[in-house]
Amino acid sequence: MELKVNLTFHNKKITGILTILPSNIVKFEDEMDNYNFSKAKSLKLKLAMGYNTHRIAKDNTTVSDLCVYGLNYLFEKDYLKKEDIDALILITQSPDYFMPPTSNVIQGKLGLKHDMICLDINQGCAGFEIGLYQAFMLLEQSEVNKVVLLNADILSKKVSKRDRNSNPLIGDGASITIVEKSDKPNVINCNIKMNGTGYDVLMVPAGGFKLPSSPETAEMKEDKAGNFRSLDNLVMKGDEVFNFVQREVPPMIENLLKSSKRDIEEVNYFMFHQPNKFMLRKLADKMKIPYDKMPNNVVENYGNASGVSIPTAICHNISEELKSDDMFLCFAGFGVGLTWASILMNVGHLDFCEFLEY
Amino acid sequence: MNNTKKLNEVRKEVVAILQEIRPEFDFSEKIDFIEEGMLDSFDVVTLVTTLDEKFQISIDGMDILPENFATIDSIIELLLKNGAKSESDFS
Repeated sequence: MELKVNLTFHNKKITGILTILPSNIVKFEDEMDNYNFSKAKSLKLKLAMGYNTHRIAKDNTTVSDLCVYGLNYLFEKDYLKKEDIDALILITQSPDYFMPPTSNVIQGKLGLKHDMICLDINQGCAGFEIGLYQAFMLLEQSEVNKVVLLNADILSKKVSKRDRNSNPLIGDGASITIVEKSDKPNVINCNIKMNGTGYDVLMVPAGGFKLPSSPETAEMKEDKAGNFRSLDNLVMKGDEVFNFVQREVPPMIENLLKSSKRDIEEVNYFMFHQPNKFMLRKLADKMKIPYDKMPNNVVENYGNASGVSIPTAICHNISEELKSDDMFLCFAGFGVGLTWASILMNVGHLDFCEFLEY
Repeated sequence: MNNTKKLNEVRKEVVAILQEIRPEFDFSEKIDFIEEGMLDSFDVVTLVTTLDEKFQISIDGMDILPENFATIDSIIELLLKNGAKSESDFS
């Protein structure tokens, strides 16, 4: 199926990526008894899905804590100057408050200048791409020269520990991506699609204005598959997510390559959102992309922290290469919304590309 | 699929794989495994991973639908679709 929303940007570049991870590491084996299946089965799934360890934020940690900690690190290291930040974009589904925007909270905590834009966007699995599109659009303005893209989520707090669909793979974290104007006449090809009829495939049913949290919404109930969760918890229809991804992502990438007049061999890495190993391997097989060009090792090492998963994959797999070389990367995010989006761009000679523990 | 296995041998192999995944059920019976609750979505993941490995194929993600795992016949059909050079390999 031909995609209609193909976006093109010029003269923009990523100059640094920092991924901030909670220091608290939780092992799959330590949580196996919470789930309604045998140990033998759990261990088989561990291999197939890539369950192993995940990073879980402590109870009192917020998204703004992770972002402020990371930004202060960049200021201290002189990777970033406060006065250079013209826009702060925060992509999160776990804001500190309903109001005000958490990006304003971060701006205030850091004492950033007032002559700038703070923007919260509610997005998840495709949040890295959506955030980059927004950054590229802001950079079209003559007065905007440097945008800080923050992807951050602490959704483990919304996942039931007895939900085997979601709990083994969830992760918390934040990433900071610096996006700037470039003198080079580079072309960035992108595309995006959304299908709001699938809004309930990945959701937290209660806690908003439609269904405020109450003792009733906090009641734990067992679903058909033996998972226990309440309406306050995140619910994922795993089968539907899987089928949506397998159906929509390969033609999206095919279309992106076609509109960019590129082929798979010209792309150094396919840095995709990291839902689980099984899903990514099936995508790679379908698109005939070698596994070593499409890393799938984020869930097993850190868990899936929504829009943070692509920066995490980059920092884990190719940080050294990106500091010294230029590479042609394909990003793809897919999930909540439903949303699916991809970007093909040159990335390299980064000022920094690293992890920071909180 | 790089083999000349006879249909019955393949059938036996598939049943053995299913029995290993859910030993509490009898997969030789002609019933709908999904409707009867004998296989859930996580069993399907384990089954696909095992079939991929055993038959050296990669079952297409678009084919990972409940109806394709409902009976031994549907699973064999899936294997043919995703790897067998021709139906005669199995006949």
